[in-house]
Amino acid sequence: MFEAEVLSGGFSNPAQDSARAFRACLDAMARPGRIQQIAGAVPPAPLSPAAGAILLTLADATTPIFIAKSHDTEAVRRWIAFHCSAPVVAASDADFAIGTWDALQPVSQFAIGTAEYPDRSATLIVECEDISAPTATLSGPGIETTQTAYLPNLDAFVANSAQFPLGFDCYFTAGNQLSALPRSTKVEAL
Amino acid sequence: MTDQAYNFAYLDEATKRMIRRALLKGLAIPGYQVPFASREMPMPYGWGTGGVQVTAACLTPEDTLKVIDQGADDTTNAVSIRKFFERTAQVQTSETTAEATVIQTRHRIPEVALTEGQILVYQVPIPEPLRFLEPRESETRRMHALEEYGLMHVKLYEDIARHGAIATSYAYPVKVEGRYVMDPSPIPKFDNPKLGGNAAIQLFGAGREQRIYALPPYTDVVSLDFEDHPFDPSKADHACDLCGSEVSYLDEVITDDKGSRIFVCSDTSYCTTRQDEGHTGRLSPEGEAA
Repeated sequence: MFEAEVLSGGFSNPAQDSARAFRACLDAMARPGRIQQIAGAVPPAPLSPAAGAILLTLADATTPIFIAKSHDTEAVRRWIAFHCSAPVVAASDADFAIGTWDALQPVSQFAIGTAEYPDRSATLIVECEDISAPTATLSGPGIETTQTAYLPNLDAFVANSAQFPLGFDCYFTAGNQLSALPRSTKVEAL
Repeated sequence: MTDQAYNFAYLDEATKRMIRRALLKGLAIPGYQVPFASREMPMPYGWGTGGVQVTAACLTPEDTLKVIDQGADDTTNAVSIRKFFERTAQVQTSETTAEATVIQTRHRIPEVALTEGQILVYQVPIPEPLRFLEPRESETRRMHALEEYGLMHVKLYEDIARHGAIATSYAYPVKVEGRYVMDPSPIPKFDNPKLGGNAAIQLFGAGREQRIYALPPYTDVVSLDFEDHPFDPSKADHACDLCGSEVSYLDEVITDDKGSRIFVCSDTSYCTTRQDEGHTGRLSPEGEAA
């Protein structure tokens, strides 16, 4: 049973499924706060299908991953090892980090890039219960006027956007849904 | 005809993941040039290897692809790239701007306003706007880090001192969200106003120079200028000789060796659509409409 769970749940049609999943990631990152549907992955709990699809689409042997306490189970580790071949590392060395918002604290431990290479920064995949109820107002690139969105916290993202062009970027996932918050977005209370 | 020997959209999955990660970081830092491990493509550098890699990483089987070369759908470069993706990704292709979901372009932005469902992929020869002012990559990277763009303003000032106006007419530098100075690829400066506030996602790929950068929709993009020499998105002072449009960007075509010339829309899709709608220009077969 355990082996079957680890070996299954990948994209059934890798090239096409990852292309569709990437477009959801691209649309999410290009339009902060807007909820996108993403499908194709069936990872072991507590990993959500959306988070699993993001990892299948973007992570591989060249992208170290940090797995926070909330998601650090044997099944999740083995699933990521089999499907992504990504090394599991400490938070400060990670390209991708996966976990609930509380488990990812403190977010200051993640790479925010350097002045010359701000792209060398972490992408956090924040697992949420539900991302449909807005808690914040967003503005900035990708948003015509303003956009309301669910954020698990406010101050941390205000501080993150103040570091622009440095900073980390976030995906928020729940079930088959995802939204994104790049460092370029300005965040205000609703 | 399909080529089963190749992966969907030609590139292998590891390469696409690498390009996709670069694209997402590019969107998160608008105007910043993300290095990426550009691959050899089955076409020479200068023919859009960067744009093709970005398009390959973005295409899904449901997409409709349009490819333009200086506005035209029917030039060698555009036709070749369209055929390439018809064979390797089995996507639909179209010459109509409004029908396309992914548009790869060389040196133009379509005349028709783009919409939210569309992605515009630019082919970029030299992504570094400061390259002709400072040849060292280590230096230009530091200049971007320090937001040190004085040299670019000196260049534009020297234009004014020498010619009385800013003589840069294409690849006109822009500032993105008040932070990064960016090369918009060699689009005519006429197209610069369409870079900012655009509803579509704009992605830039430079294959030989191994850089990817991006503009999310509705990004603030300002063409550099001076208060007393404001930016002027100029075009030839004519109407199109085929469709009569007075607002589109025009190509000047020399028709004989006695200096005769005609002006036609550079965007062929826009021009044919207008002609089909009954608009006429100076050379329309119906008569002397304009």
